[in-house]
Amino acid sequence: MKHVTGWLLVLPAAVLLATFTHVPAVATLWTSLHSTPKKNRPAIWVGLDNYQAMLADPVFWQSLKNNAWFALGTIPTSIALALAMAWLVNAKLSGRGFLRMSYFTPTVLPMIAVANIWLFFYTPGYGLVDRAVNLLGFGGSHNWLGTQSTVLLCLIIVTIWKEAGFFMIFYLAALQGIAPALGEAASIEGAGRWYVFRRVTFPLLMPTTMFVLINAVINSFRLVDHIVVMTKGGPDNASSLLLYYVYDVGFKFWDTAYAAALTMVLLGILAALAIGQFLFLERRIHYQ
Amino acid sequence: MIRPDERRGASRALETAAAWVLGVLWILPLVYAVWTAFHPREYSAKFVVTAPLTLQNFAEAWNAAPFARYFVNTFVLVTVVLAAQLVLCTLAAYAFARFAFVGRELVFLLVLVQLMIMPDVLIVQNYRTMALLGILDTVFAIGLPYMASAFGIFLLRQTFKTVPKELDEAARVEGAGVLETLWKVYVPLAKPVYIAYALVSVSYHWNNFLWPLIVTNSVTSRPVTVGLQVFSSGDQGVDWSVITAATLMTSAPLLLAFLLFQRQFVQSFMRAGIR
Repeated sequence: MKHVTGWLLVLPAAVLLATFTHVPAVATLWTSLHSTPKKNRPAIWVGLDNYQAMLADPVFWQSLKNNAWFALGTIPTSIALALAMAWLVNAKLSGRGFLRMSYFTPTVLPMIAVANIWLFFYTPGYGLVDRAVNLLGFGGSHNWLGTQSTVLLCLIIVTIWKEAGFFMIFYLAALQGIAPALGEAASIEGAGRWYVFRRVTFPLLMPTTMFVLINAVINSFRLVDHIVVMTKGGPDNASSLLLYYVYDVGFKFWDTAYAAALTMVLLGILAALAIGQFLFLERRIHYQ
Repeated sequence: MIRPDERRGASRALETAAAWVLGVLWILPLVYAVWTAFHPREYSAKFVVTAPLTLQNFAEAWNAAPFARYFVNTFVLVTVVLAAQLVLCTLAAYAFARFAFVGRELVFLLVLVQLMIMPDVLIVQNYRTMALLGILDTVFAIGLPYMASAFGIFLLRQTFKTVPKELDEAARVEGAGVLETLWKVYVPLAKPVYIAYALVSVSYHWNNFLWPLIVTNSVTSRPVTVGLQVFSSGDQGVDWSVITAATLMTSAPLLLAFLLFQRQFVQSFMRAGIR
């Protein structure tokens, strides 16, 4: 009886989850081993052809490389900023309420709205960024988003602005959970604040850092809204990320089989992350 | 010789200054957007205190695209998704927390897979499924992949596990059935978690973009995010004042809710994140 009730309760959610997560994940693999069906040519088994094509596809490698740079550019900086923000507003200082609000507000805005606002800032000649640059004495107009060397950096800045405040609240919660007595004891011993932070606070924040890190990595592979709005992967694929390339191949060229093969790479990366997280959590349980 | 407390005072002042520099930098883009949206075009990049305020940009944006319809769509989407999530996740979480059924651990592990591999990534295959079901270009299709949420199940399971078993048993002794016990004992005790989950879910689906962009194709199903993109990438010229007004308009409901219930929001995001 208990078994039946348990299963009945789980069933609706389980069916939906399977239909839109597990089945499509397996189906993606299946699709990637076939050709894309055309009007009068149904899909046929092609084995690893799509993957071979992928290895020879410079845009795939470019997107992967861009994604790696994008992750490297966004993750450490936004985590460091988040920690700094939390550290700052955790202390008593004037205007704390305003500062917290200011840091957190970008989190509530849709990424597409954020992207629109920043698109305006990056407008050559007229936008805020160019005007600031002109004030500093560098004249002329710069096509920030239209230049291969600057476009990724521009997107990285937008992402950091959007995410730092979100990560801040987890650090803030963790900081509030650390007994102030620890820091006080250390400072009575004559330790400086920076020393206390490095040797006491930061190690205690390690679980939070891991949590934030994993979220940041997932986001760097999952979130491409701003690319659709700001650059469409351009110029010349300089800002194409992996998921954006999947979208491009799957829904602009309608090459579903190849898009499936690309998705498999994405799934592989996420699975590796999941396993990494699992191993880490195992270790942490052993510590306790 | 500088006394230690003097040095401490100086470093505090430095920290306050740093905090304010960051704070101003972080709010600046939004302030600038508000400035552009509420002033006539010629002031969109010219900051004069005497610049006249106007709502013209909002009126133009509102009239240039069916935003009213987009808002209705988003509202329906967010409500339907949340309602389905609350029901499905509550039932599943209860089973995982309190019923030792065959295969529980395995099924739970499979549920957790969705925390990493979200529907956002499986766009190609999920699009085919929607085509197969014949529901492309509907609000329902936007929400369907998200209705069973691993995150919600996990969060509620953790909460239900903290409910004392005695309360459950007492209700059963009084003759309450499974669903009645769930409704009368567990749900009321998990209220703060429900609120936290609801806020996170609503913000997520209000802001979601890529999947709705893919499955929708007409005014009758587009949510505001996609509507905004269609509007601002269409042939509006590049009238930043109007685009910025439209951008603020689409984010306004969430932004206002956040400003009014700041503490609730921050605590909810926190509660939902720390597991």
